[in-house]
Amino acid sequence: MEREVYLDNAAATPVRKEVLEAMLPYFDKYYANPSTMYKPGLEVKKVLDEQRAKVADLIGASPEEIVFTSSGAEANNLAVKGIPFAHRKKGNHIIISAIEHHSVLNSARFFERLDYEVTFLQVDEFGFVNPRRVEELIRQETVLVSIMHANNEIGTIQPIQEIAEVCKSKGVFFHTDAVATVGNIPVDVNELGVDLLSISGIPLGAPKGTGALYFRKGTRIMPLIHGGIQESGRRAGTENVPGIVGLGKAAELAKQDVEEWSNKVKALRDRLIYGVLERIERTRITGHPEKRLPAHASFCVEAIEGEALIYMLSSQGIYANTGSACASKALKTSPVLVAIGVPPDIAQGSVVFTLGRSNSMEDVDYVLEKLPHVVERLRAMSPLWKQEAA
Amino acid sequence: MKFVEKIKADDKLDLVCRMCPLHLLEPGEKLACLKEGQVLEILTDYDGALEDIPSWCEKCGQEFLGIEEDEDCYKLYIRKRK
Repeated sequence: MEREVYLDNAAATPVRKEVLEAMLPYFDKYYANPSTMYKPGLEVKKVLDEQRAKVADLIGASPEEIVFTSSGAEANNLAVKGIPFAHRKKGNHIIISAIEHHSVLNSARFFERLDYEVTFLQVDEFGFVNPRRVEELIRQETVLVSIMHANNEIGTIQPIQEIAEVCKSKGVFFHTDAVATVGNIPVDVNELGVDLLSISGIPLGAPKGTGALYFRKGTRIMPLIHGGIQESGRRAGTENVPGIVGLGKAAELAKQDVEEWSNKVKALRDRLIYGVLERIERTRITGHPEKRLPAHASFCVEAIEGEALIYMLSSQGIYANTGSACASKALKTSPVLVAIGVPPDIAQGSVVFTLGRSNSMEDVDYVLEKLPHVVERLRAMSPLWKQEAA
Repeated sequence: MKFVEKIKADDKLDLVCRMCPLHLLEPGEKLACLKEGQVLEILTDYDGALEDIPSWCEKCGQEFLGIEEDEDCYKLYIRKRK
């Protein structure tokens, strides 16, 4: 193998060196339970509070507005289940977009089984939610609107501020799944105007199994995990101290360099996007060409199967994905691509590249060199391609 | 149980959806930020708080003023005494 190029940073990232170093003492040296009242426990509690402040600082929140979770998916569950449960008297209607991550989609579907009504808001060809449509759909019984900040499959960044204004004016809680954005672009909860926002450690270069939910001060939320006093009674269970230290350190680093990283990686992304579109005929970008995540390039390549493409790229040392890592083995047409109007046969050829901090322009050039050959080989085997050529 | 109405509180602690023993931990922290004589309003949907908070006030030397039933929670009032 000439080279190995990892381009699935939406699914997993290497833990940043400084993050790992910060975490290590909390596995063996500082192992006390932060809920205890003796000195080592109180010291660890203080460290937890410091990490809470760092995560809050990254998104412009206050420390008491942060609940640590085990993942972005748990943060999404806590928001999408915790708000309707805590505000049952207000109503039984939830609005989400049709392109939400499964942790939001399935949490909303769970409420359908509890006789709630869920509106799955349609999006346009770029994946944008229309804020005016949100306004039209909100009614007296609407308790929550949840629209993701950016989509993990197509990279489109939503007009969250405008949607937040609509929700605020109607007195409805607004949650955004910001798993794909926090760590990739600067995010400020007050600028966005959201009531709740989910974070995952993965895009930040923190370990898997870390995440957090921001909830605006004064927001009542029903815990998912009942038990002790951890997280002020909002999420029981002894805290994952090393993971939280990792998340805190990663947040501190992101605060310093996310803007610079975002601008730098855009150049790589654009070279990849335009290089692919130039070199491979009948290939289309998915999502918006500009209003998209800086490290995200996604395409549909006609007349091939995305899974076969990923497999063949893997043999060349290029590691990418067909869509969401969480659903990549489902062998089902992506609901996100269906929602943006990609015909099912073309949606089969989906490939998503997500760049990371270790990628270079040479990596992108390597992909641009190998990808056309791989596509050519697959198309040579494709009955669909032959049929169309005949 | 002493019921009260329209008590003017100086600060509020919302513990709705949060369970035992938060109702015995957070009032102390909140009262620490108040001046002597000021009143704290505690919102809770945890039934156990109706017995626990008056007892806690007695033990800690705070004055329990009473309870008001709201639409979806109880409101308990404490006057800071020390």
